[in-house]
Amino acid sequence: MSLLRVTSPHVSGQHQVSAVMRDVLFATLPGIIILTWFFGPGTLINILLGALVALITEYAVTALRGQNPRIAVSDLSILVTSTLLCIALPPYAPWWLIVLGVVMAVLLGKHVFGGLGYNPFNPAMVGYVVLLISFPVQMSSWATPRGLAEVPGLLDTLRHLFLPDTIDGVTAATPLDLLRQNTGLLFNDLIASRPELTGWGGVGWFEVNLAFLAGGAWLLYRRIFTWHAPLAMLAALGLCALIGYDGGSSESGGSALFHLFSGATMFAAFFIITDPVSSAVSNKGRLIFGALIGLLIYLIRTLGNYPDAVAFAVLILNFCAPFIDHYTQPAVYGTRSND
Amino acid sequence: MREIHDIHGGIHPPERKTLSRPGELRDAALPARLVLPLRQHLGVPAKAIVEVGDAVLGGQVLAQAQGVMSVPVHAPTSGTISAIESRPIAHASGLEDTCIVLETDGADESIRCEGIPEWQTIAPSLLVERIREAGIAGMGGAGFPTAVKLNPGATKPIDTLMINGTECEPYITADDTLMQCQADALVEGAKILAYVVGAERVVIGIEDNKPAAISRVTAAVQNAGADIEVASFPTKYPSGGEKQFIEILTGQQVPSGGIPADIGLVCVNPGTAVAAKEAIVDGKPLTHRIVTLTGEALGKPGNVTACIGTPIAHLLGDASLSAEERQRIIHGGPMMGFAVSDLDAPITKITNCLLAPTARELPPPAPAKPCIRCGHCAEACPASLLPQQLYWYARAKDHEQLSEHRLLDCIECGACAYVCPSQIPLVQYYRAAKGQMRDSEQEKRRSDNSRERFEARQTRLEAEALAKEAKRAARKAAAQEKAAQDGVDPIQAAIERAQARKIEQGETP
Repeated sequence: MSLLRVTSPHVSGQHQVSAVMRDVLFATLPGIIILTWFFGPGTLINILLGALVALITEYAVTALRGQNPRIAVSDLSILVTSTLLCIALPPYAPWWLIVLGVVMAVLLGKHVFGGLGYNPFNPAMVGYVVLLISFPVQMSSWATPRGLAEVPGLLDTLRHLFLPDTIDGVTAATPLDLLRQNTGLLFNDLIASRPELTGWGGVGWFEVNLAFLAGGAWLLYRRIFTWHAPLAMLAALGLCALIGYDGGSSESGGSALFHLFSGATMFAAFFIITDPVSSAVSNKGRLIFGALIGLLIYLIRTLGNYPDAVAFAVLILNFCAPFIDHYTQPAVYGTRSND
Repeated sequence: MREIHDIHGGIHPPERKTLSRPGELRDAALPARLVLPLRQHLGVPAKAIVEVGDAVLGGQVLAQAQGVMSVPVHAPTSGTISAIESRPIAHASGLEDTCIVLETDGADESIRCEGIPEWQTIAPSLLVERIREAGIAGMGGAGFPTAVKLNPGATKPIDTLMINGTECEPYITADDTLMQCQADALVEGAKILAYVVGAERVVIGIEDNKPAAISRVTAAVQNAGADIEVASFPTKYPSGGEKQFIEILTGQQVPSGGIPADIGLVCVNPGTAVAAKEAIVDGKPLTHRIVTLTGEALGKPGNVTACIGTPIAHLLGDASLSAEERQRIIHGGPMMGFAVSDLDAPITKITNCLLAPTARELPPPAPAKPCIRCGHCAEACPASLLPQQLYWYARAKDHEQLSEHRLLDCIECGACAYVCPSQIPLVQYYRAAKGQMRDSEQEKRRSDNSRERFEARQTRLEAEALAKEAKRAARKAAAQEKAAQDGVDPIQAAIERAQARKIEQGETP
């Protein structure tokens, strides 16, 4: 018998990084299903292609860096990055856009900073912004939702992936685009004038947001993250929209419900800004982090050049996270005064 | 009813307490040899006053306390001193320390003890002295000399005595068993300690996973007609940490860097209270204690009363250890205990548990993965620290940030490492960083000292040089003045004197 010497604690809990990542992937399923229902199989195919590219890139990079690539791939974090990026990309983007975006997310978003845990920015958003700035045309053509046009089938989608422009009617403006381009119409008249804008967040978009909200609620229930950042972001965005509603005039920034249930709002609140690596660390810090992202999303949506604003808002606040951390250290035991 | 407060964080690891059948207590077999370290407490080691070859009786003093932060060591049974030498001890460092080795004779003869059943008539300061002479040091794990704790000084009046019967570590049931089997002695001990520190209130706090102990202690309090409150509170690790225990029962926090006496509290372990009762009422020094022997590698787990100094191997043999090829033996509990490096090492006054798990039961740690800053650790930390940031700064050896993020308030409970999804041995990083910070603090103090000494020397030398210069200038001025008065050039006079001497010498031979 030899004595095994290790330090305390000698017992560990059931948490695993791979289990956290697996839960996040599961939680994206409702959103992906609804996206697929309304916009066709484009997103689904993008996610599969993205996952393949991400796994290959991660494996190659970690091998080059002298790490154990199997262990690096097995924590599933790279699949979360690629899945989140591909959900954000237009459903019928050309194949090279997907490949480029995922490779950029893995290399520029993650590994140039030292890999998992060291990235100051959200890798998926880095990939997204690289594409948005470099290929604005491809990035701004979203699909027409079911009900307003025929949704392409699987074969059509695959053909389109490698031979673009073979399907008609796959490009359409999103509700946020329409709102930004609005000049002169009262908010309610604008809603009435476009069939895409029926419902609270536009056809399909309301349901998509609801699905991501459901996935996020499940993650909250599983205690994968705390409520602070998502709730602060939604509250700040809703509050800004209330203030900027302007009674629904032609200058209106849109209603609070519209902002909360259109575009990438719920997806951002529960899947993007909750990335622990690049966000603030304390609960108080996460409240500030989330609220400022909500504010920036509203400002960029209504005043900026891009119809949706999540990626920029998140990256800007990623910059600020260490600064927020510095001023939001929680009060340690014994430093509070007893009354 | 006392209001129960919640603490920040905490975890609920599997308790595994029934394994050692709390409430049943047996005597461990007397070993052929006892090994008694001179330092079983926090502070200065005791000094041996016996010599090799001496025959001693149970209860006899073997080593005397050295100063205030020290307690004596007594012989648990009769026998002969066979060695006083450096031996392996149960310590996280794995280092050796000086021990008195006692070959037992099996007769178990003791010196006569004289107790003070009427302790209410004796001055508290004399009782504190008795407690020190009985060799009592905190039996919950830290081994802080109890007499020091009972004497916080006139500037810190004590209002409440708290008995910490939480025992929140998984597996351990030594305090639970003690509270069940020796509830009357515990109540008497609590009364004595309250009298000694002048506390108006006494509260015994027990986690609600020990219903038997709660009811036995409550009954003992009623039997004794004592004005003692028994409070129970929800089970959560680490509620038994002294600071956490105090916050749960009082809502108050011990100031950072301070002690409970700063807010009018003294907090002791039930074992310490029972030892104090035996020291005062029965006149018996601390020579035995209850140890939990547990873990699935033991055939007969349970709680035993063992002589302090019993080798760990003897107790594990007593509990039928069937060891694996790579066996882990933990001194203390699975959360804060340390792995023993030598089974010849003895148990001491602070040994509450020996845990012999199988590899399946407590698997060796998995390799650590990168920190993803998920923040589970910050949610689990009972001190409200940010463990993920501390880990970052500990790796960067950034002592400034570490002290800004209050690493020194870390109680090393291990809750952060327990919840870490990346299996990072966080506590290990914090211990190493604390050590480095202490070292660099000492280093800084040393270099400050030598710089001050150097500067003082420099100033002194300059002052001496100035004084010399001034003296020389004064002499010169005096000589010149004298020359001016006499009208003689002193240099010329000196030359003439020298020539005269030369001539004189040349003529004499």
